[in-house]
Amino acid sequence: MSVLIPHSITDASEMLAQNPTATILNGGTDLMVEVNFNHRRPESVVLLRNIPELREWSSDSSKGTITIGAGLPYAHIEKGEIATLVPALAQAARTVGSPQIRAAGTIGGNLGTCSPAGDTLPVLSALEALVHLQSVDGSRTVPIAEFMVGPKRNSRQANEVITAVTLPITGQRQGYSKVGVRNAMVISVASACFAVVKGEPRFAMGSVGPTILRANEAESYLASHAADINNVTDEVAKEFGRIAASESRPIDDHRSTAAYRQHAIGVLATRLAQRGI
Amino acid sequence: MSSNEFYTLKVNGTDLQVSDAWIGESLLYVLRERLGLPGSKGACEQGECGSCTVYVDGAAVCSCLVMAASAVESEIATVEGLNADGSLTDVQEAFVTEGAVQCGFCTPGLVMAVHHLLDENATPSELEVKEALSGNICRCTGYGRIFAAVEKVVAVRKGVHS
Repeated sequence: MSVLIPHSITDASEMLAQNPTATILNGGTDLMVEVNFNHRRPESVVLLRNIPELREWSSDSSKGTITIGAGLPYAHIEKGEIATLVPALAQAARTVGSPQIRAAGTIGGNLGTCSPAGDTLPVLSALEALVHLQSVDGSRTVPIAEFMVGPKRNSRQANEVITAVTLPITGQRQGYSKVGVRNAMVISVASACFAVVKGEPRFAMGSVGPTILRANEAESYLASHAADINNVTDEVAKEFGRIAASESRPIDDHRSTAAYRQHAIGVLATRLAQRGI
Repeated sequence: MSSNEFYTLKVNGTDLQVSDAWIGESLLYVLRERLGLPGSKGACEQGECGSCTVYVDGAAVCSCLVMAASAVESEIATVEGLNADGSLTDVQEAFVTEGAVQCGFCTPGLVMAVHHLLDENATPSELEVKEALSGNICRCTGYGRIFAAVEKVVAVRKGVHS
């Protein structure tokens, strides 16, 4: 086993091209748990943590977008300027693990692991983020819906580095909620992001399907039944929640039951339709 | 760094040689078992308990989730390095006087977390203290005395003596 430490995305791409079986390590909050418990013994590791480019972020006011480096820890996303530009992403980041986990974990890690319980993924889905990837063959940009292909499966090629995500700065209502057995240090039982983008409601659901699901029918219902998207009536919000729950596809596992998850996602949908900042 | 089993870590300002190590070992394991620094405690080894909290390049993280060999370019600080002369810091003093220590296993991690909190925010609200310490699990005290210790440090640093 070897640990390779590149200092630029270009160097990292070359190392991955030469070591196609290498495991990518950034914050370590997923990988090291598996290594500590002997579930995984990587052949070689490419560390992305020491690449300054991956920890940068910038906003483009003419395009109305923000691009966040895949290696920026959640601790820098949950507050400060990013939190004012993408409040739902900050809310999601703040629910990740604990301060220690948020000082290490990154959006790139959430995307790389691609767990249906990845906390920031519903936000990326609702806001239809673009995922940027780079390899020795060049760079490409993939819509989030095409990036996440299944439970812990994504469309990243073995030689690609996830470099950044681009999100719209909507200037409209958005919010994130999560249900777990307690407030801190919890992996979600159900999670959701509601966002209004160009006047249209969007709703993405986590932990209630093989990957993050968009509630397309519920979105259409809300778009056609809410007279004012920023002042949704109780009755419409409730029906929105019912439809969203019916679109979820949860399973029973050690964390919860399918029935509870379906109930919980409906409650989150109803609540989020009526609040958010 | 290639597949050699010898590398150097900078811990508490000193370069320390790690030899004969499996390269996938966690920083927690290397600190405790190879470098003779057992202050950081290991309990869950999955980032849930916070008893192994150290600073890596100034960030308070769980050392069990840091691959030691990946930290060769980083500045690592452990509880042993808080006061180089071996005396207690004001946070440690307050833990003693307020009775925030029972079995003591979680204490080093909590002390590291409290120092980190107060370095960033000298006058945290109750909610901010609770959120900052939410990654440090204590099964003895019920947290009340730990929060009291934090309050005491804040007061003493402000010059309010009680």
